Amino acid sequence: MRLNCPHCGARDSREFNYFGDAKTARGDDFASTYLRDNPIGEHAELWQHVSGCRAWLEVVRNVTTHEVISVKEVGQ
Amino acid sequence: MSRLPHGGLIDRSRSVSFMFDGKSYGAHPGDTVASALLANGAQLMGRSFKYHRPRGVLTAGSEEPNALIEVGSGASRLPNTRATVQEVFAGLETQSQNRWPTLGFDIKEALDLAHPFLGAGFYYKTFMWPRAAWLHFWEPIIRRAAGLGRLSGEADPAVYDKAWKHCDLLVVGAGPAGLMAALTAGRAGKRVVLADEDFVLGGRLQSEALEVGGESSRAWVSKVVGELVNLPNVTVMKRTTITGAYDGGTYGALERVADHLPDAQGAPQQIFWRIVAKHTILAGGAHERPIAFPNNDRPGIMLASAVRSYIHRYGVLPARRWVVFANNNEGLRTAHDLLKAGAEVTLVDTRKDAHPEISCRHLTGAEVVNTRGRLGLKAVQVRLASGTTEWIEADGLAMAGGWNPSVHLTCHMGARPAWQEDIAAFVPRAGAVPGLVAVGAASGAFTTQAALRAGAEAAAKAMGVKPADTPKAEDAPYEIKPFWHVLAKGRAWLDFQNDVTVKDVVQAHAENMQSVEHMKRYTTLGMATDQGKTANIGALAVMAGLTGQSIPETGTTMFRPPYTPVQMGALGGPHVGAGFAPEQLMPADKFARDRGANWVEMGLWQRPSLFKQGDERTWRQSCDREVLMVRGAVGVTEVSTLGKIEVQGPDAADFLDRIFLTPMKKLKPGRIRYGLMLRRDGFVMDDGTVARLAEDHFVLHPTTGASAEVLSHLEFCAHVRWPTLDVQIIDVTENWAQMAVHGPMARKVLDGPAFMHFQAMEIEGVQARVFGVSYCGEAGFEIAVPARYGNALMAWLLAKAKALGGGLYGLEALNVMRVEKGYLTHAEIDGRVSHHDLGFPTPEKYFIGKDMAAREGLRGPELVGLKTVGTVKALVGGALLVEGEFSADNVVGHVTSAVFSPTLGHMVALGLLENGRARHGETVQMVDAVSGITATCEIGPPVFLDAKGERLRA
Amino acid sequence: MRYSALEVIKQGLTGNKGWGPIWRTPTPKPAYDVVIIGGGGHGLATAYYLAKNHGVRNIAVLEKGYIGGGNVGRNTTIVRADYGQKANSAFYSHSLKLWKGLSAELNYNVMFSPRGLLELCHSDGQMEAYNRRANIILARGDEAEMLDRNGVRKYAPFLGFENERFPIKGGLLQRSAGTARHDAVAWGYARGADALGVDILQNCEVTGFDIEGGVVRGVQTSRGVIKAAKVAMCVAGRSSQVAEMAGMRLPIESHVLQAFVTEGLKPFLNSVINFGVGHFYISQSDKGGLVFGGDLDGYNSYAQRGSLGRVEHVAEAGMSMIPALGKARMLRSWGGIMDMSMDGSPIIDATHIKGLYFNGGWCYGGFKAIPASGSAYAQLLATGTVPAYASAYKLSRFETGHLINEEGTGAVPGLH
Repeated sequence: MRLNCPHCGARDSREFNYFGDAKTARGDDFASTYLRDNPIGEHAELWQHVSGCRAWLEVVRNVTTHEVISVKEVGQ
Repeated sequence: MSRLPHGGLIDRSRSVSFMFDGKSYGAHPGDTVASALLANGAQLMGRSFKYHRPRGVLTAGSEEPNALIEVGSGASRLPNTRATVQEVFAGLETQSQNRWPTLGFDIKEALDLAHPFLGAGFYYKTFMWPRAAWLHFWEPIIRRAAGLGRLSGEADPAVYDKAWKHCDLLVVGAGPAGLMAALTAGRAGKRVVLADEDFVLGGRLQSEALEVGGESSRAWVSKVVGELVNLPNVTVMKRTTITGAYDGGTYGALERVADHLPDAQGAPQQIFWRIVAKHTILAGGAHERPIAFPNNDRPGIMLASAVRSYIHRYGVLPARRWVVFANNNEGLRTAHDLLKAGAEVTLVDTRKDAHPEISCRHLTGAEVVNTRGRLGLKAVQVRLASGTTEWIEADGLAMAGGWNPSVHLTCHMGARPAWQEDIAAFVPRAGAVPGLVAVGAASGAFTTQAALRAGAEAAAKAMGVKPADTPKAEDAPYEIKPFWHVLAKGRAWLDFQNDVTVKDVVQAHAENMQSVEHMKRYTTLGMATDQGKTANIGALAVMAGLTGQSIPETGTTMFRPPYTPVQMGALGGPHVGAGFAPEQLMPADKFARDRGANWVEMGLWQRPSLFKQGDERTWRQSCDREVLMVRGAVGVTEVSTLGKIEVQGPDAADFLDRIFLTPMKKLKPGRIRYGLMLRRDGFVMDDGTVARLAEDHFVLHPTTGASAEVLSHLEFCAHVRWPTLDVQIIDVTENWAQMAVHGPMARKVLDGPAFMHFQAMEIEGVQARVFGVSYCGEAGFEIAVPARYGNALMAWLLAKAKALGGGLYGLEALNVMRVEKGYLTHAEIDGRVSHHDLGFPTPEKYFIGKDMAAREGLRGPELVGLKTVGTVKALVGGALLVEGEFSADNVVGHVTSAVFSPTLGHMVALGLLENGRARHGETVQMVDAVSGITATCEIGPPVFLDAKGERLRA
Repeated sequence: MRYSALEVIKQGLTGNKGWGPIWRTPTPKPAYDVVIIGGGGHGLATAYYLAKNHGVRNIAVLEKGYIGGGNVGRNTTIVRADYGQKANSAFYSHSLKLWKGLSAELNYNVMFSPRGLLELCHSDGQMEAYNRRANIILARGDEAEMLDRNGVRKYAPFLGFENERFPIKGGLLQRSAGTARHDAVAWGYARGADALGVDILQNCEVTGFDIEGGVVRGVQTSRGVIKAAKVAMCVAGRSSQVAEMAGMRLPIESHVLQAFVTEGLKPFLNSVINFGVGHFYISQSDKGGLVFGGDLDGYNSYAQRGSLGRVEHVAEAGMSMIPALGKARMLRSWGGIMDMSMDGSPIIDATHIKGLYFNGGWCYGGFKAIPASGSAYAQLLATGTVPAYASAYKLSRFETGHLINEEGTGAVPGLH
């Protein structure tokens, strides 16, 4: 899988760390911490380019086909 | 000798000799082991997996299921190599495998006689009683009989490499379609990688008597390849197999750099490439399939396409008297080529309406119903259209059962291929792999003309350029009439290597293993080293016949990466052994090495564990001395592995106050605070000190092992959770060398700040950050200087310490001292403890994890100190704390860290104990059942020395 | 038909024509006492024990594809009970006991082979952590031993003792652990359940639940409505989707875990070796293939395939610890979809809907859990209570904080 980092360009997924569901990432209540939609199909999720610019990226990805639909920096 | 007088792509001007099973054979450069053995009249090359049936080659390519050999000797011995792929070179050593004592006489061939009792899944139905017999008797027998070649058991001495490649167009396969695709894109200036698994480019153009553009196909290939290799934007990779298709246009590729050479001469043996391609053209051709008929597995029986390969490419006629058995026009082509090579031929065509124009005996509507010849084919029994049978003496039988497009790569991302009725085969499904288009035989277009055109057009379309002009070539119709297996008495092989016959599929059907996946798993069909390339479709057809469904209704075939098996050595590349994980060295690493430190690994870091002196023989002697030195005078150690994270900005204090359970807002500039941070699930993530250098500037010192996680957590909180806070985070762990100086004499080394104070100082002209912190319980400092001054600072500190009776110490002593003081490591903060467990109160303010930490379940075993009562052998890390009899239900805690305290003269330990804080003063049993050590321990607070911290503030 | 050596010989002598179906292909009945969704190892084992131990016979197992097509046929076949957390230790210890008698119980050779499992340690800290595990195993009355470096060298001389990057300090050896033939487990339970009257319905996908007033009445399937007093979810890998049809949101993410096999080789590796620091574990199958696996790919996925980066990492780890592997060829790789729960441990519990039950979240531990999971779930379905050895696997534990976090990595499923 390759993610198109807005700063660094398309890179192999091994340069990134996965942080999971973007919807539940920001909270630290019970539901955010533990419950997941875990959908089949499109999934909005957070990745960090740890072996690159260290930016946090919001990636929309099809978890069945692994097609990367969009990548943007969080907050941009 | 079976070498033809002319022809072939072998270098007849040179001869080399190689060894097979201890016997020397002559060959020419350009030969494979298989072609050379056939040229020498040796047809027997292997044994089948289950019944140990004698086998010769079935194919002339990488899909070979039978002729597997061991190559090389000693530690370099490589098992399961296809004789059809291994190039011959002078001095090559090979031997047959899975036989004993010899290839010609294999005792386990007796299993073949027992075949009625060894059908599909027989082992699920027996060997169950008595229970121990399976492990100790039956299974060892089965394991010894099974398996193919032997691993040497020694470390692989070869060197491997890995690398990346990027291109506009990856062309898989250099046959007619692939060459035209590469030519089209290459001439247009695109970055092209053309990869072929073979050591000769051209694909079938090298194995047939064909013309392309009015010249021999071989001449045309030479011309095109000549042009391609001269294009700077085209990379032609021979001996390179595209092994797998992965997400994002990424492909695995194995280049066999030196497998054909006597000596790699410094080059890597193999290189594993990751090729990232914007577009890919799959021009991998097709595999011919056998026909199932009784005893269709004898040496001398091979695929028709392989026969033509041996004739045209290698100049070898593998046998003299042939029966060609076909259900399509490839039979005629093969018979022609055999006749031209001087062989006797009988053509048996299953098609009643076939009218082959050929000057040999041909039988239409006929079938091969049996064969004879244990170690090599002797005769073939044919059933004529009339129903009468006849034995024909023959030492060669060519099977032309039709072609299967090489759909394999298109299955790697989960798509199933589609059935195409007119060619009775599965073809790649469009879009199966994003960016990949299959052309030529790989897409089911089996003529040379169609392949040439499709290659050019697909490349033109993908690259947005003009196709290269297609030369004129053979366009003969294929005309297959599906015919899968002969109905006759006897075992008819579908999967040659795994010995799966039509009978096994029939039995699987009877036992309701009818789903294709069940059938495969039950019979082991398709599980052999060729992944069923020659077997799967035939078996599907048999199952379809039994269920009365069509083949596509019955199921499809799936192939998983890799396309052909890949050596683990190549996949590991250089990232093995010492290269498996990076080694992080501290700035003053050399200083410690020069002083003979013992080393220990902490995460990726290498740290001195102790500095042996004089005649110290055990680690304990050195460790005890170092502890007493620090407690009695002064000790110096490098602590640069600690995380060093700077947090700056107007909102830095507010930010850290949310991160840490410990309040941080009111920390004054120039002061330091110990802090605990929780994960969002309420458990403790890490502890460490926080120094406020200025109003808007903090330095965090997370634990060595947790600093990567802490850094990511801080960045996440700053960038994702609270983006409105004005705060910047930077990791400076590697920018600073940090040395700890502690002990009653520490202030004589440096007159630094008071306990929990920070001071910027100048030491010998170098700006230093001096932190009044301690992890050993003695007064002193951690001094940070730019990393390049690490060695110099150590030398400066050690000289001063030595003058005061002090010296260097290592991690072992530090660990003893921190346990004496009850300071934590990740033995205690193991991801399952809460701040309650560690004895920290919950502040009023918000902090990450606060709500989750309030859950009832987060009040678990509590941190306590454990002292021995009376004389005991030892306290042991990882021992259990037990109430009453030793049993799982009576376990009430465990020892997290245990050390001998030279300061106190006895062992001390930290532990997590249920309800531990309320039990101070009571005793509990420590049990290390592993070593048989038990001890009665007194429970107390987790501090054994200077509970009030007076030494720290001295 | 009872299987035995005698029967194999008898059938062999008569042309192997007398073997009957291993399980029937019944048509769905309109109603069952219990409907189990999922014809994997856990679902089939549950049906078997429900019929065998609790006398419930009117049972259907609904499988959307073919039985045993999920993770029971896609794992590295390791069976072990070397867990450090009390709840897991109790559960897997019980499971290992059931494994020992499984072939005889089912009259089907699942080839459970207690050939031993060695967990390698490379630091003092790791030695202490495994020492604790060994103590916990011993406290349960099971067997485990700690080997020092020399002990490991004696037990597995082919390991990379020259490796200075991760020097082998010692290891935990559990001799009673081992491997089994994964597919045979599904088939053996299916055959056993079928013989007790359980209807195994393949190609029968559940498309919805019939729930009235908080009580489950049955399921809608691709083969029509099936009524049932009790409905048991047992669909690890797809738990979130099935539970969502009942309005549940689970503490589970789906991740892909790859597994690999080499070409067949003569006996080389007699036991299971686990190189934990490198996330690598390996054994040799009876057919001679070296079967091995690594870490999760690390992101949500429902694709039964993995990334090349992980393939390479696994090979690197394998080569680092067993340098002779360089000449073994990787034959095939595949991926399984794991129900990764938020604490790394499974769930066996009733749900908030009466008559609807949940079994899932098996993470890495699903295969070795099958016998204990099936018998515990069967007891829950039959009696309403979970046996003590599985009673910690509550759905409510995430709210109460009674987590079972073997790895200590917290609520990050990809790290368990």
